[in-house]
Amino acid sequence: MAEKREQWSGQVGFILAAVGSAVGLGNIWRFPGVAYDNGGGAFLIPYLVALLTAGIPILLLDYSLGHRFRGSAPTTFRRLTRGAEGLGWFQVGVSWVIILYYTVIIAWSAAYTVFAARLAWGDDPAGFFFEDYLHLPAEPTVAATPVPGVLVPLVIIWVIAIAVLSLGVQRGVERANVVFIPLLVTMFGAIVVRAVTLPGAGDGLTAFFTPDWEALRDPQVWIAAYGQIFFSLSIAFGIMITYASYLRRRANLTTTGLVVGFANSSFELLAGIGVFSALGFMAAQEGVAVADLDTINGVGLAFVAFPKILSMMPGGPVFGVLFFGSLMLAGLTSLLSILQVVSAAFQEKLGWTSRQAALRLGGAAAVLSIALFSTTTGLFTLDVVDKYVNDVGVVGSAVATTLLLGVGLWRLWELQAHLNHRPGVTMGVWWRVLVGGVVPAVLGYILVTGVRTLVLEPYGGYPAWLLDLFGWGTIGVALAIAVGMTVLRWRRDVDAFVPEALPVDGRRWSWNPAERSER
Amino acid sequence: MTPTAITFLALSATVIWGGLAASVLRLRHDTRTAPVEDEADGD
Repeated sequence: MAEKREQWSGQVGFILAAVGSAVGLGNIWRFPGVAYDNGGGAFLIPYLVALLTAGIPILLLDYSLGHRFRGSAPTTFRRLTRGAEGLGWFQVGVSWVIILYYTVIIAWSAAYTVFAARLAWGDDPAGFFFEDYLHLPAEPTVAATPVPGVLVPLVIIWVIAIAVLSLGVQRGVERANVVFIPLLVTMFGAIVVRAVTLPGAGDGLTAFFTPDWEALRDPQVWIAAYGQIFFSLSIAFGIMITYASYLRRRANLTTTGLVVGFANSSFELLAGIGVFSALGFMAAQEGVAVADLDTINGVGLAFVAFPKILSMMPGGPVFGVLFFGSLMLAGLTSLLSILQVVSAAFQEKLGWTSRQAALRLGGAAAVLSIALFSTTTGLFTLDVVDKYVNDVGVVGSAVATTLLLGVGLWRLWELQAHLNHRPGVTMGVWWRVLVGGVVPAVLGYILVTGVRTLVLEPYGGYPAWLLDLFGWGTIGVALAIAVGMTVLRWRRDVDAFVPEALPVDGRRWSWNPAERSER
Repeated sequence: MTPTAITFLALSATVIWGGLAASVLRLRHDTRTAPVEDEADGD
């Protein structure tokens, strides 16, 4: 008898978990800056084109893979074709590396939620963050000296993550998202409402939404739009494959994908409005133009610019707690999804329970995460690892997946039939053209230019040894996990699985070629 | 805010939040008209 697989309680639980995965730190601190730097209001056009031609199509590719082959990334790729298991494990390796530093940013957010209550950074948020909090040395290096202010919240975040993960998909991951996502939207919504009513908010929104039509002629703007959509949606590194594998057989995949894709973009737009309203306020208080502000992106935006804004605004402590609490929740829900990629893969290959996987994998990751990133030089290593794992690992995984399915195996039509064989929006030939042609071409370009830049120009001015060790070394770790886990023996009969037969053009399609042509 | 910025804010909100609302409505419609799901699946 077939082994019973864990399931989401229903469509809403899955959507909340998938939205929780997609809505992460990047929605809040990356999108506003990318949009502003790439044409402001005009960026909406390439952004929407990228969402519809790459984001949602790859999201549906992930859904169809996980749902059809009912497994984590390694299981799914092995069932697709035995030789592709390594690609699944590479995705697990990439996820594993991301987990190690992603928890640290959540830990910073947790610490800042406490700091915000008393505006602990005073009148020098930059000095407070880099020197008083992180104890960051002036020159990039690697040290083993722990920072208690990072270590303590990091341990707490790991305890929470391991506890949730050990409860399994429905009782753990789903329940956490059912609580966290509405809470996140409420908290962040309150911040946005406050931000748009601040003096100067209109100037910030004008800077954000005024279109620069010339930007649309710049190919880099279009590449930036595809990159933003791609990194924002948590696609092509195993998350959505794993999540979709817990959906019921007759689940609506396509319309659900549209909901998740637009929900992610909706949150990004909300974040853009909130962030630029706040930046407009800061610019007005300082008597400068929004264009003259230098920290509108990433860590600098969240941990330097925002504390400055909070110190200036009435009710700063309250909104500070809400802002950093929002960052923490957005990060936690994404973290759970990445952890599930790793946990599910090991459960399926080694026959572990969810509790065993959570304790063993979470415990090992926690130790590594603490050792590498809770030290005085954690920001340097985090910055390097993040750059390489995203630009090379995640994009490379996406290019390999789309090329494998679209060109190597010619199996996209099978996945299209799988999507169309259940309720929802019907996918046409255009979906195969986008996934098998447009997406690998655009992402392939992003991959090649990204790798070329990393090879030719030392990223961030870091020394070569640090980039080799933590940058290329990270990719090496993911590859080592891929090779090592692929050659390891399965503890269960993964190959006995037979995918659902599909009716295609009046003929019954079967996974077995011998049965394929008969009706 | 300038009229151009207001226009683009409204356009962005209409397209993206409207897209979300439309896809949620479509999902509700699909759910109402779809046959009852199987309750449990094997692996």
